[in-house]
Amino acid sequence: MHDPPHHGGHSHQHPLEAHGADGEAEGLDCPHTPSYLRPPVAGRAQSDSGSDISLPLGRSVEFELPSPVSPSRPRSPWALFDPYNNNEDQDKEYVGFATLPNQVHRKSVKKGFDFTLMVAGESGLGKSTLVNSLFLTDLYKDRKLLNAEERITQTVEITKHTVDIEEKGVKLKLTIVDTPGFGDAVNNTECWKSVADYIDQQFEQYFRDESGLNRKNIQDNRVHCCLYFISPFGHGLRPLDVEFMRALHEKVNIVPILAKADTLTPIEVKKKKFKVRPFLLKEEIEQYGIKIYQFPDCDSDEDEEFKQQDLELKESIPFAVIGSNTVVEAKGKRVRGRLYPWGIVEVENSTHCDFIKLRNMLVRTHMQDLKDVTRETHYENYRAQCIQSMTRMVVKERNRNKLTRESGTDFPIPMVPGVAESETEKLIREKDEEVRHADRAPDSVPDREHESHQSSEQQEPSDPRDDRER
Amino acid sequence: ISHGHGGSHSSSGGSTLLGYIGIDTIIEQMRKKTMKTGFDFNIMVVGPSGLGKSTLVNTLFKSQVSRKSAGWARDEKIPKTVEIKSVSHVIEEGGVKMKLTIVDTPGFGDQINNDNCWEPISKYINEQFEKFLKEEVNITRKKRIPDTRVHCCLYFIPPTGHCLRQLDVEFMRRLSHSVNIIPVIAKSDTMTIEERQEFKQRVRKELENNGIEFYPQKEFDDDMEDKSDNDKIRETMPFAVVGSDKEHQVNGKRVLGRKTAWGIIEVENPNHCEFAQLRDFLIRSHLQDLKEVTHNIHYETYRAKRLNDNGGLHPISSNDTQESNL
Repeated sequence: MHDPPHHGGHSHQHPLEAHGADGEAEGLDCPHTPSYLRPPVAGRAQSDSGSDISLPLGRSVEFELPSPVSPSRPRSPWALFDPYNNNEDQDKEYVGFATLPNQVHRKSVKKGFDFTLMVAGESGLGKSTLVNSLFLTDLYKDRKLLNAEERITQTVEITKHTVDIEEKGVKLKLTIVDTPGFGDAVNNTECWKSVADYIDQQFEQYFRDESGLNRKNIQDNRVHCCLYFISPFGHGLRPLDVEFMRALHEKVNIVPILAKADTLTPIEVKKKKFKVRPFLLKEEIEQYGIKIYQFPDCDSDEDEEFKQQDLELKESIPFAVIGSNTVVEAKGKRVRGRLYPWGIVEVENSTHCDFIKLRNMLVRTHMQDLKDVTRETHYENYRAQCIQSMTRMVVKERNRNKLTRESGTDFPIPMVPGVAESETEKLIREKDEEVRHADRAPDSVPDREHESHQSSEQQEPSDPRDDRER
Repeated sequence: ISHGHGGSHSSSGGSTLLGYIGIDTIIEQMRKKTMKTGFDFNIMVVGPSGLGKSTLVNTLFKSQVSRKSAGWARDEKIPKTVEIKSVSHVIEEGGVKMKLTIVDTPGFGDQINNDNCWEPISKYINEQFEKFLKEEVNITRKKRIPDTRVHCCLYFIPPTGHCLRQLDVEFMRRLSHSVNIIPVIAKSDTMTIEERQEFKQRVRKELENNGIEFYPQKEFDDDMEDKSDNDKIRETMPFAVVGSDKEHQVNGKRVLGRKTAWGIIEVENPNHCEFAQLRDFLIRSHLQDLKEVTHNIHYETYRAKRLNDNGGLHPISSNDTQESNL
């Protein structure tokens, strides 16, 4: 198992050194940079560096020394990479902001990360096992499997399991959203609806929080990635698979998985991938209408090995995975796998399945990108749609009621889809009130804020705020 | 020595024949006749696409007998409704000819909405009964009525490892009274031995809870010997099978199997899967019984229902088209 090379900072050619020769300050008298604040110059006397370079613009540059030098910083994995550690960099003078990524990372590490992963697919495809294998947990300990009779009346549920994982000082709050009942009924028409509704609800909640007044501790429950499990038993994508992906590809990053891949011989895996891929390529969106999560293209200055890996990753979609959380003996070593009379399947053996690729992609290389795409594309789409439909309604409201509204904020307020007009009006009025109260009595804002969340989410007919307003 | 007419020899416990008559040669005569005329066997395979139905049938009969090999492309799209496609072959072994018909049901269970997807299948089965009935009821009957009735229905259960799906229960519940259903667990190389045992137990329990009588049905056991044999079989069902039409080299022998990166799954190895058991059960021991149960029980049930409903069927010429009264 090897990590892809860390492609953090490249050495910056600071423009400052260009006029090192004339030693001309830009009109401001700055003291020389004290040597303990300069990036460490290993093994060379400071006087070698030629004429003194004074800092332009008199700005105070805050130096954060890279952690190997400064013992007070917590040792985090990112701090190990010191952008100024190359030999060639020792000759040059730097401002030192190339450590900014380190600073960002250190702050995030302290705060911890969160990630919401959804798993969808028919039951019996190994979703729970795979989740447990990916994150080395046992999220489904007390699960009770329903039999066929009990499932008759079951509709598609949405369940959430949260687990806090910590590794090498980095904390991850992982939420797994499961969809039991999906595709299990005889008639599965629109069984993806509750899944789509759930995703929309998370967007809506975030939208409200974002538009609210107390934004310090927003909970981000938006679904960052959806692993869709394709059955290995079919002849490729089934109608249900196509419909699900079509309904959800604009709301969430879909990563298709070929489940229980130990059912297939290597040739069959190739054939199946070959059959499924045309539906998933972005070039074919015109024909099939499915847009799965696209891996970002490599920058042109990445090294060859990285590019090669990236290409392999893209070619492996859909990932053929096997999951297991039991340890078996194989060739004298203990591995995670499945024991059959005819051999042992090793989960972490890349000749057996794509589990390693999936894990690396999901956790080690693309987790941040998945979150970014969710935030920048899917959430923004939702928000834009929401605002559009809301402004339309507000305009209609205004024209219809001819209310004499005081000031009336025009900023968009999240609207619960399908809610009656009067509710919208109420919500808008509540928000107006809130803003006015915020101007008058700042300390009462948090309570109101909290209440407005509650009341608007529950849509109680007896709203305590109404009494206050009327 | 005088015998009763018609060969009914009333023999009480201790009487012995005073000479050898040769009654037992009738078995040999039957055998010769059967070999000359050959016999029919019609097997239906039901299950969602991709479960290896065609491959299994090919493996069972050691020849390319399924729809897959009859020229239909395997990459065809899933049909919008359940279709019934039958392919017939004559295979011969040891001088015995068998006209084998495989009835396939593409589209079953593949749609998003699978309501009533069992109806075309039920209709087909009843149509075959109807055909036979019409022939039987004719004034001038054919010497040998062509038998297209479905003798056996292999129902393929997806190896989810959890339990039966609603669709499985619905199908088997409705059809176990018109045809012999033999449930099999398809592509069972996806489960470890323990998972397989647990799954089978759960499936059996569910079948029992839903009152589904699969073949061999308990109520048709003739005698104690039958019962004990069949009990053993019922304990092992549904058979967890793996199919393959490719041969590989294992320990110097050529065997049918599937080659993976972690080992070769031998189809006929009883430690690997239960294909050999299914084959022996289906072909080597119970083939004739399947036909008999179909004829004596399922067909008779259908016939009785038809005759009762119509107030008696009149013998008709084969040109009449009479709608089956379902």
